Amino acid sequence: MPSTDAPVVLELSEVVKSFGAVVALRSASLRLQAGSIHALIGENGAGKSTLVKIVAGLYRRDAGEFRLDGEDVDFTSTAQSKAAGVAVIYQEPTLFPDLSVTENIFMGRQLTGRFGRIDRKAMRHEVERLFTRLGVVIDPDRPAEGLSIADQQVIEIAKAVSLDAKVLIMDEPTAALSGVEAERLFAIARSLRDEGRGLIFISHRFDEVFALCDTVTVMRDGSYIATTPIAETTPGELVRQMVGREVTELFPKQETVVGEPLLEVEGLTSPGVFHDISFTVRAGEIVGLAGLVGAGRSEVARAVFGVDQYREGTVTLKGRRIRRGRPTEAMRAGLALVPEDRRKQGLVIDSGVGRNITMAIRRELSRFGLITTGLENRAARVWASRLEVKSYALDTVAATLSGGNQQKVVLAKWLATKPDVLIVDEPTRGIDVGTKSEVHRLLSELAGQGMGILMISSELPEVLGMADRVLVMREGRITAEIDRADATSENVMFAATHASEQHS
Amino acid sequence: MTSSPPTTVIPVSGITKHIGALGKAREFGILIALVLVVIAATTMNPSFLFSTDGWRDLLLTPSILVLVAAGQAIVIITRNVDLSVGSVMGLSAYLTGRLFIDVPGLPIPVVVLLAVLFGAFLGLVNGSLVAFARVPAMVITLGTLYAYRGINVMWAGSTRVNASDMPKEFLAIGTGQFLTIPILAIVAFVILAAAAWYMRNTRGGREYYAIGSDPAAAELYGLKVTRRVLTAFTLSGALAGLAGVFYVARYGTVSSQAGAGWELDAVGAAVIGGVAITGGIGTVWGAAIGAVLLMTINRALPILGIPDFWQRAVVGVLIIGAIVLDRWLAVRQRQRLIEARDES
Amino acid sequence: MTTTTTPATPPATTNRVSRDYEKPLWRRVLLTREMAIVALLVLVVAYAMLTVRGFAQPITLNYLLLDIAPILLIALPMTLVMITGEIDLSVGSMVGLASVVTGAGVHAGLPFELAAVLALLVGAIGGAFNGFLVTVVGLPSLAVTIGTLALFRGLAVGLLGTTAVTDFPEGWTALAKAKIAGTTIPYIMIPFLILLVIFVVVLHFTPFGRGIYAIGQSKDAARFSGVHLERTKFLLFMAAGLVAAFAGVFYTLRFGSARGDNATGLELQVIAAVVLGGVSVFGGRGQLYGVVAAVLLIGVLSSALRLANVTSDVINVITGTLLVVSVVSASLLAWLQKVRRRRSGPVSSVAAPTAS
Repeated sequence: MPSTDAPVVLELSEVVKSFGAVVALRSASLRLQAGSIHALIGENGAGKSTLVKIVAGLYRRDAGEFRLDGEDVDFTSTAQSKAAGVAVIYQEPTLFPDLSVTENIFMGRQLTGRFGRIDRKAMRHEVERLFTRLGVVIDPDRPAEGLSIADQQVIEIAKAVSLDAKVLIMDEPTAALSGVEAERLFAIARSLRDEGRGLIFISHRFDEVFALCDTVTVMRDGSYIATTPIAETTPGELVRQMVGREVTELFPKQETVVGEPLLEVEGLTSPGVFHDISFTVRAGEIVGLAGLVGAGRSEVARAVFGVDQYREGTVTLKGRRIRRGRPTEAMRAGLALVPEDRRKQGLVIDSGVGRNITMAIRRELSRFGLITTGLENRAARVWASRLEVKSYALDTVAATLSGGNQQKVVLAKWLATKPDVLIVDEPTRGIDVGTKSEVHRLLSELAGQGMGILMISSELPEVLGMADRVLVMREGRITAEIDRADATSENVMFAATHASEQHS
Repeated sequence: MTSSPPTTVIPVSGITKHIGALGKAREFGILIALVLVVIAATTMNPSFLFSTDGWRDLLLTPSILVLVAAGQAIVIITRNVDLSVGSVMGLSAYLTGRLFIDVPGLPIPVVVLLAVLFGAFLGLVNGSLVAFARVPAMVITLGTLYAYRGINVMWAGSTRVNASDMPKEFLAIGTGQFLTIPILAIVAFVILAAAAWYMRNTRGGREYYAIGSDPAAAELYGLKVTRRVLTAFTLSGALAGLAGVFYVARYGTVSSQAGAGWELDAVGAAVIGGVAITGGIGTVWGAAIGAVLLMTINRALPILGIPDFWQRAVVGVLIIGAIVLDRWLAVRQRQRLIEARDES
Repeated sequence: MTTTTTPATPPATTNRVSRDYEKPLWRRVLLTREMAIVALLVLVVAYAMLTVRGFAQPITLNYLLLDIAPILLIALPMTLVMITGEIDLSVGSMVGLASVVTGAGVHAGLPFELAAVLALLVGAIGGAFNGFLVTVVGLPSLAVTIGTLALFRGLAVGLLGTTAVTDFPEGWTALAKAKIAGTTIPYIMIPFLILLVIFVVVLHFTPFGRGIYAIGQSKDAARFSGVHLERTKFLLFMAAGLVAAFAGVFYTLRFGSARGDNATGLELQVIAAVVLGGVSVFGGRGQLYGVVAAVLLIGVLSSALRLANVTSDVINVITGTLLVVSVVSASLLAWLQKVRRRRSGPVSSVAAPTAS
């Protein structure tokens, strides 16, 4: 615990930032003391990442105060913030894949000897010293290519430590980590705290926040809400502060009649990615697929849809085999996939809303093999209005829409193919609360009409609230199948983080 | 893991050693190929190596392309490409000739320096357009390929600079030797060594690799991407400019078409030498050996009984073979690394 | 089917997409890069007609079209290849190789027609080879086609050496240069127009063409939408080889000579024209009419300058400068727009980078 009189290393108050018409930060404040691990929490879109990017020098604030070690600062580049002692560890670290671990740690500030010659030996020694101190075993000479995300984060931390950073910001570092890896990270974080550094820890997992942090700041809608010592608050209290109301998140789950099996997956295996995956999705049923990021859920979805290859196993839809690696065959058979990464995989982001909506049905739309913008727009208009896509015109570029509207476009695109089974991967990630419940209602209605839905989600309430049945994946295997009635956040999290018997 | 002993030993795994060896093997493999070609040609006709002319040609002929390819390698490592090198070289070569004619009495080192600076300036123009306008290097340098060549043609017309227009001392550099080694080859080697040292052992050099490996990450690291890209193009231009001087010294004559088509040879040499066209991988040495191999094959083919008309076909096969090999090595390496991760 | 999957949201009660297009028709048609090239073409033609002596003569058009026919032809498939974000540098060499194959065939006693078909076959195979290396082996097309640029040229030079075959049937060589009755337009424009129609329809009016744009704009999204990435690219490379071979046969007939070094450097002229015509090297953007206008522009400029007795090579400077200016101005415009948007503040429906 930091004593109350520990020096304040980082202070932001009433910071404002907007992008065009969209205000990302209205009035954000944060006080970080030395020797403290400070949790920063808030819903998606609360402005945490924007705040981090201002501290990192990626964005410049429009107004407000920003002090580091008591001095006013205004960073215009990441180099400046780095020089001032700020280090940011992003959820997905960006390393240079072709360069060695050592080079990655020292890039841009290599130790040099005479004539500016890089002193490789000294650098390697320094890395060994760092890794020993952090208690990790990574070969300093191997290329960064192929490192696990956990190891990549360790390299980022090593970089921060070697920079002697006063402030370390970790942006959802545990999202993709296994239990052991997260523990290792926490141990490192605690030791850095004990050295007197200030750490900011952004996370969605309350258990981690309570286990690791000593102070917590809550943000909502781009504004500062409250800062409390962790000992004086409870998860319930924090959630209230985050959402600004009592949590009575109601999921509009309809009771449905579960029909015959539609999608049957048998023994799907792709070495190093997932192993022996079998499950069934029936008509009228929402199957939740839970697990940590990196457990292999999206990879399974991609393999089932045919975007990725797999080595063994079969996929059948309504009794018809779908050959591997054939998305078009899967589409024709009645399968649709709303992918994880909306901007890269779901949408042709620089293309218009109309074109995007008709992208998956362009062959069906064509007459005598020909397609025109008129034909596309007529079809797109129908689906855009059914899903209430808010867009100025059909040729509005998809990149300019909000996250929620983009997701509606993707859903429209796939509903237009009139699928029997819909796979949705993180259907509500990064979209506003209103649209979120619209999406939930839509999914529920679709199931009610007899569609089979496989819903991948990292948000436990969503899984528990929406799914008729929950499958849990851990490290490439299905570790549990739990009925709606029996599913609790405890048993799902347990299956997601603990090895089952046959796999240790 | 949470409380590991303070003396964790950092192991050097077998894979790492192996991968390191692979990387080196890439340049080494090309060197072996080169040696094989020389041996084969020498066996067929000993004078390929063991005659004054043969020995001299072996070292002298590739010197010019070596310089251009080295510059090209630096640019490609930053995930760009410089298609204008042939035109830059031609223009610098013509400038060299004109300086001797128009400014008689100008000391030779000054002429050389001016030609190199001129090349660097042309490279700087490329670099500025690429770095500031954020336009792909391919398009920009394709444009300047035409523009520079066009300027050359306008300037030179159908005239050419001949050996008689140039001082004997200058031409002597082209034919001169030191301990049987052509002076131009020595100069090329020294410059090459300097470039290789720079690329391997300085911050600047390593940053080229970083930029080529992941431009977005380089930006995030706070590297001075714009400045590095500018420098890479300027270096490429300067080396092409020097190659132009070499060209004049070696051939003693220069027309408006000097260096036409060299851009593809330079890119080819770099690719054969293991420089990945997608940036971040490769060395200046590799590109240089690739250049030597290209030029040597040119001369070896007739001796090996293959009409030299087939030379370009062989070059094509070499380029395609090299990139297929690189691809195969990369896929294998990635598999190994992933397997190693699964095991750990 | 519709009834089972229609979301229960009452359809069309809240139709929030009010219109098809953001901008009025005239802005969409006139304020484009392609139109800028077309306008420039019209200006240059008008200027040349008035000031360059001899340019207005019908024969000028004949030579102009004959000269640029190979570029016009190859620019068609090249546009499609480049919209997918790839590039084919080997087309110039393929023109040479096809020319040599035709010549060697005739020289070996084959009837010209058969030799020409053989050349087309070689073109398709060569294109397929490029396509194979790019799509199946997964190599960058820039490197692959630099390799095949050397390979195809090498085969061409190797097959014929320094000899040139010139004994082609009179009827065919005459046809290559012949004008359509009553006009000064050469016959080669007929196959060109047919190909143009085919390529325009394929690119702009078929699901396959939608796929081509999608691949160029977002590889992943295209794959997730069921676009056959590999197949599409493979077919396009093959088309590029085939059309280049056709241009090679024409080239041979037009000059009545098959040589290994025919059409050296043509690839760069084609690419310059395609980029000038508004196709992005990153892929995903471009229109065929812009490309055709760009080829014509380059042709008109060089023809006019030649008539005006300017060194024919000045055209290089102009081509190069046009190319650089066109791309730089495009990014300059984008930058200016961004600055203006930032300054003027609120712009409807522009979202911030999603803060998560």
